Amino acid sequence: MRKTLFAAATALLLAGSISSDASAADKLKVGFVYLGPIGDLGWTYQHDQGRQALVKELGDKIETTYLENVPEGPDAERAIEQLVRAGNKLIFTTSFGYMDPTLKVAKKYPNVHFEHCSGYKRDKNMATYSARWYQGRYIQGQIAAKMSKAGVLGYIGSFPIPEVVSGINATMIGAQSINPNIKVKIIWVNTWFDPGKEADAAKALLDQGADIIMQHTDSPAPMQIASERGKLAFGQDSEMIKFGPKAQLTSILDTWGPYYISRVKAELDGTWKSEDVWGGLDTKMFEMAPYTNMPDDVKKLAEETQAAITSGKLQPFKCPVVAQDGKEVECKGGDHLTDPQILGMNFYVKGIDDKIPGK
Amino acid sequence: MELIEAIILSVLAASTPLLLAATGELVTERSGVLNLGVEGMMIVGAACGFGGALLTGSTIIGALCGIVAGTAMSLIFAAMTLGLAVNQVATGLALTILGIGLSGLIGAGFVGERITPAPHLYIPYLTSIPLIGRIVFGEDAFVYFSIALIVAVWWFLYRTRGGLILRACGDNHVSAHALGYSVLKIRLYAVMFGGACAGLAGAYLPLAYTPFFIPGMTAGRGWIALALVVFASWLPGRLAIGAYLFGAVTILQLHAQGAGVGIPSQFLSSLPYLATVIVLVLLSRARTGGSTAPAALGTVFVPDR
Repeated sequence: MRKTLFAAATALLLAGSISSDASAADKLKVGFVYLGPIGDLGWTYQHDQGRQALVKELGDKIETTYLENVPEGPDAERAIEQLVRAGNKLIFTTSFGYMDPTLKVAKKYPNVHFEHCSGYKRDKNMATYSARWYQGRYIQGQIAAKMSKAGVLGYIGSFPIPEVVSGINATMIGAQSINPNIKVKIIWVNTWFDPGKEADAAKALLDQGADIIMQHTDSPAPMQIASERGKLAFGQDSEMIKFGPKAQLTSILDTWGPYYISRVKAELDGTWKSEDVWGGLDTKMFEMAPYTNMPDDVKKLAEETQAAITSGKLQPFKCPVVAQDGKEVECKGGDHLTDPQILGMNFYVKGIDDKIPGK
Repeated sequence: MELIEAIILSVLAASTPLLLAATGELVTERSGVLNLGVEGMMIVGAACGFGGALLTGSTIIGALCGIVAGTAMSLIFAAMTLGLAVNQVATGLALTILGIGLSGLIGAGFVGERITPAPHLYIPYLTSIPLIGRIVFGEDAFVYFSIALIVAVWWFLYRTRGGLILRACGDNHVSAHALGYSVLKIRLYAVMFGGACAGLAGAYLPLAYTPFFIPGMTAGRGWIALALVVFASWLPGRLAIGAYLFGAVTILQLHAQGAGVGIPSQFLSSLPYLATVIVLVLLSRARTGGSTAPAALGTVFVPDR
């Protein structure tokens, strides 16, 4: 009896593997490498939402695989190569620290296409993509200036890299367009993810008199602290309204789905090319969560600003941009700063009473 | 004045998980066992503690779930290192990796859920005393329990026969064995106590500190607890001071940044760790008088028959 069962099981297994092989042969295999767990409710969660949107749209033509919790560094190279060996023809690596590992594997396998998120190194078979989150931060700055009673914003930064610094600057330029005397207190936690430390930073900012919390870290802890204290806050990466139903004003939502779908379609058509895509509100590379917990006039202002940025009428880094030392920043892009200027931003704009750490 | 009160409240909350986990590890190490799996036991405690509180709506049941989960993890460690006499360092590291994975699995269904945080004590009049009211009479139960626990551990280690035997096992397991004490049994209890404390410390995070569960939310606190035990040179009194000092430096550096003190944040963030290194150097220089590591720490013991 046991023997027959075993034989039946083996037969089933064999049948199973053969059939999946057969179907896999005509399906395009797409791989994803994630930094965190898919349940982090932030960065990785949003990338996986994008993957799920992709499966929903093109599920009959493709097969997706993902690897989560892949540390940045040499381990990443092994993970990416593993996906190549498993037959994936298009691989998305979704964190800045995967840049060099992706490039290395890309050079080794010229027939496989790679897409790296938020980096700057490219190759014939390696494209890059990222989003212009600073546009959303400008809108948040305007809302914050309207909603703050104290005139002091609290900003939790992760690491003082250009992406975060340009976010702070965009926030302040937006806020100053409403209230020229707005102040910001900045606390760097030197981590992307540590709920306890992020909560402590939020508490410190509120204790020191800020009444709006903005974060460039990944956990919903700061939102929850703001909510507990009856203050307002902005979410990050994903919808965090669950953690602050009465606190969240809006949130920058990373919506990778449309991009993933368009790139996989290109791969299926054979029109895939290595590109550098830095999408903004106009291409829906990110979206703003519904504007909540604010009066109608502020909501209207936010929506108008969003529309103006989407149409290209409003540039957050419109010249003149005045740096902290009072000097105007060289205007290389006609009437606004160029992309390289924003991508390499390492100065604070006027009105920020602080120093970039280590500068 | 209000700012000072707020800072002290934050410091107490930030220090409590470190103190709880380090207290358990101190007892484990005093018995001669080095369990590097504190981070793993903590994160499983966090997942199970949150799950328990979410399903029953009770913080106490959540805390108990955390304790049970941490103890269960420590039993795996005990089975390997005490039962099979496997290398303690390797087993401890493996336990951490196991814990991080296991907690993700256990907690997968809890991500995004919210619970009511642990209630804070409120005594009419007393809690409203300015400055000290909320600090002394307005904490959650974990804070009071962690202080009571470290006092109890001190009393046990230095004022009871049981404590003396436990320390004997840690300093010279052959002698303790020769005197007729069951070294392995005593170490098993010490490892289980360490696991229970780590589990409770982990549960504190989603039950009181940041009331939600996210994989990896312990963010290295287990490793800090391990460092604190060394920092305290295995003495309960110094351990309490070390834990609060560490919490204080962490919180004060955040406040210093918010106040615009012109010191680079990277330096401020490294301060607590720098303090640990400095204390280690001072300790190794002043060997005489101060208590150092239990002599048998980290060595396996196989009783001869």
